[in-house]
Amino acid sequence: MIGGLDTLLEGVLLGGVYALFAVGLSLIFGIMRLVNLAHGDIIVLAAYLILTAMAAAGVSLGVATALTILVMFVAGFALQRLVLERVLGDDILPPLLVTFGLSIVLQNGLLLVFGADSRRLQAGAFEATSINLAPGLSVGLAPLIALVTAVVVVTLLQLLFYRTSLGRAFRATADNPEIAQLMGIDQRNIYAFAVGLSLAVSAIAAVTFGIRSNFDPSIGPARLLYAFEAVIIGGLGSLWGTLAGGIVLGLAQTIGGRIDPEWQILSGHIAFLIVLILRPRGLFPAGRR
Amino acid sequence: MKPERPPIVWRVQSATKLSRIAGVAAAVIVPLLFLVPAVASRNLLQDLIFVFTMLALAQLWNVLAGWGGLISVGQQAFVGVGAYALFAGVTLAGLDPLLAILAAGCLAALVAAVLGPLMFRLEGPYFAIGSWVVAEALRLGCAQFKPLGGGTGMSLSSGALASMTETKSVATLFDIRTAAARDVIVYWIALLLVIVITFAIYVFVRSRLGLGLAASRDNNAAARSVGVRTDRIRYWLWVIVAFATGMVGALVYLQKARISPDAAFSVVDWTAYVLFVVVIGGVRTIEGPMVGVLVFWALQYNLSGYGSLYLLVLGLIAILVMLFMQRGIWGSMAARWNWQLFAVRKLLTRDDS
Amino acid sequence: MTALVNVRALDAFYGDFQALFGINLELQPGETVAIIGANGAGKSTLLKSLAGLVRNRPDAIKLNGRDIGDAPAASIVRRGLALVPEGRQLFPSLSVEENLLIGGYGDRRRAPWNLQAVYDVFPVLRERRSSDVTILSGGQQQMVAIGRALMSNPSILLCDEISLGLAPIIVEEIYRTIPLIRANGASIVIVEQDVARALRHCDRFYCLQEGRVTLAGRPSEVDQEAVRMAYFGT
Repeated sequence: MIGGLDTLLEGVLLGGVYALFAVGLSLIFGIMRLVNLAHGDIIVLAAYLILTAMAAAGVSLGVATALTILVMFVAGFALQRLVLERVLGDDILPPLLVTFGLSIVLQNGLLLVFGADSRRLQAGAFEATSINLAPGLSVGLAPLIALVTAVVVVTLLQLLFYRTSLGRAFRATADNPEIAQLMGIDQRNIYAFAVGLSLAVSAIAAVTFGIRSNFDPSIGPARLLYAFEAVIIGGLGSLWGTLAGGIVLGLAQTIGGRIDPEWQILSGHIAFLIVLILRPRGLFPAGRR
Repeated sequence: MKPERPPIVWRVQSATKLSRIAGVAAAVIVPLLFLVPAVASRNLLQDLIFVFTMLALAQLWNVLAGWGGLISVGQQAFVGVGAYALFAGVTLAGLDPLLAILAAGCLAALVAAVLGPLMFRLEGPYFAIGSWVVAEALRLGCAQFKPLGGGTGMSLSSGALASMTETKSVATLFDIRTAAARDVIVYWIALLLVIVITFAIYVFVRSRLGLGLAASRDNNAAARSVGVRTDRIRYWLWVIVAFATGMVGALVYLQKARISPDAAFSVVDWTAYVLFVVVIGGVRTIEGPMVGVLVFWALQYNLSGYGSLYLLVLGLIAILVMLFMQRGIWGSMAARWNWQLFAVRKLLTRDDS
Repeated sequence: MTALVNVRALDAFYGDFQALFGINLELQPGETVAIIGANGAGKSTLLKSLAGLVRNRPDAIKLNGRDIGDAPAASIVRRGLALVPEGRQLFPSLSVEENLLIGGYGDRRRAPWNLQAVYDVFPVLRERRSSDVTILSGGQQQMVAIGRALMSNPSILLCDEISLGLAPIIVEEIYRTIPLIRANGASIVIVEQDVARALRHCDRFYCLQEGRVTLAGRPSEVDQEAVRMAYFGT
């Protein structure tokens, strides 16, 4: 037996972190059809920013996270208006090359500033706390909070998209950017907001991840791949699908890891390839488009 | 009766004066390049091997992305497969290394042929990441394969290397040690490969297939409606590029004689640098990567000692080029002065003979 | 009375391709102007230029005396010029009501056109307010498209081929709303391939042929033959 219930639970909780990785990627692609190859490195950047805020300003993890979310939102807005806006268009090559270049710049920039040592976000007692769900079945508080956070973030985003005027503007722009302009929607600001939102969510992902795992400047690309796999497994066009995709990926990796620790990451890739073969549109694709 | 004017005859012409000059120059320079081992130091030879293999990879990536519309950040998958196939062929099957290079290409082509249809289900940018996932999966897979060194890798036995075809004759010819003779043979193969690849791309781009694919890139529906079999052409382009990439990978690691999964499947060495070469020189031109590889060689030669700072600068340059000079160095100059060394455009001219 | 919209020497391009050649046109407050012409004559290009989807020389188009030739579409809507685009072009991810609401995105006044007012003019939409727009009939989709444009409370409404692909009886129903829209204060520009209908509903008209104005005037003042020649160019 591969450990049964607690393996499943661990997989689901890991999935919460992967879902948070994936939401930022999914957001930008859904609204702007842009894939940000620097996405993983941006999550790592956020983790380092939180670390720095705690070390330099002496603030608690919560405050550092809030500050970082704000900074990342602004950075995303600027990234779109100053850089990405210039290369968005029918040709998909320039945005891919620019974001790939950005990935290289971020990785090496972080390496120069922080060095290659592994770091961890200190959450104090929070990290080690466990909750007893049932006799013999306990979960770490931090991983549980990660999953809960993922659900909360997706819920809030859904509310934004489906119950607000701004959300309507996002969806209209995603459908038809040219006609959306006829509604008085300034595309540039919509896109900038979307990228800002994506980076802000990545900051949230960074804190849930950085508490439970070590990070260093080189781990960005792997986060991008997990985010991507979660999106594809879940299916395009639906944030709940992305959440589900993250959980499936988390389960695949955890179960694979129980069989053989060296196979953990490879199991995720295999699960991704299987979904691509059997269900190319993902497990829970959105109906339209 | 009114006298009749002779009918106007139109011709389709590709060659320009500059391209004709370039053709003549190439006919002179290329044979000279084959003679370089007679006068060059071993270091220079190794540098040139690096230049030729990077140029080959850049041309291959360029035709795949620029004409095929398949933007891959996972070509390191085929470099790695080719390299591991070489090591497997030499170490496990006792093949002559030169034969193993060919086998490596075939294996890479096979992997591409099988995975292609799967990956083509991913659209545009998601195809790009998907190719990266495949490369990572292959890397991890090879790291599990103990007979070829697993995660730490292995070296080629000097016995197998020394008995490579023609090594002894070359060693005697140039009066050098067998290791240096191996470098000479690798050099010749690298030069041959890059010439064949460049020429093949040139022929392809000029051909109906190449035109069809370029049309598909601009407007897929319209191209299909005039009968361009986009999907078929694209698939075979993908497989053939993988074949050539595999051979280049095998050649590179034959020269290095040492392999590890992280090196053979390195995204920095086999994608980031390649993208840099193409971007700097100019995407969608054949001359572009040639200019790009020379710039890259200069930068690598002078700055690679700076490690992360060097990579940071490369990344910044690539971003700035994409933002402000999207056509690259060659592309911008060519657009401005209407240059073409490889005659790929078709112009309608009057035949005034 | 100064014209609401003044177009002078408008040359519109799609890349290297020139679609309009020296167009002169005027729209007075309260008027309904029709633009007729065959397919490819440049009618849609003209409306897109007015709406800001095609950029031109700044002074080629003046709105209330202000240069808007190269203004972005989003700002032109806020100045009170709305376009009902050719082919409806509703947002498939939005419901009927959401499509209407998004029309009002840039509008602060909310009067006279708001959700209730649009539903009063097109009652069938009230029944279908939560529907997916893709399952509506052509006529209903056209109503949504018009309603959406009205939600920005424009002083000028541009209608690009609103009868396209619709049964005559539906088209009549839609055209019956034009006087209502006019009564609420908007000036209207209609682009139509159906010459008879266009001339029936307009105060003045312009005929385009291959990007040029070949005839302009009041329907009562020109005869059929002149219109036919201007339309077809023979």
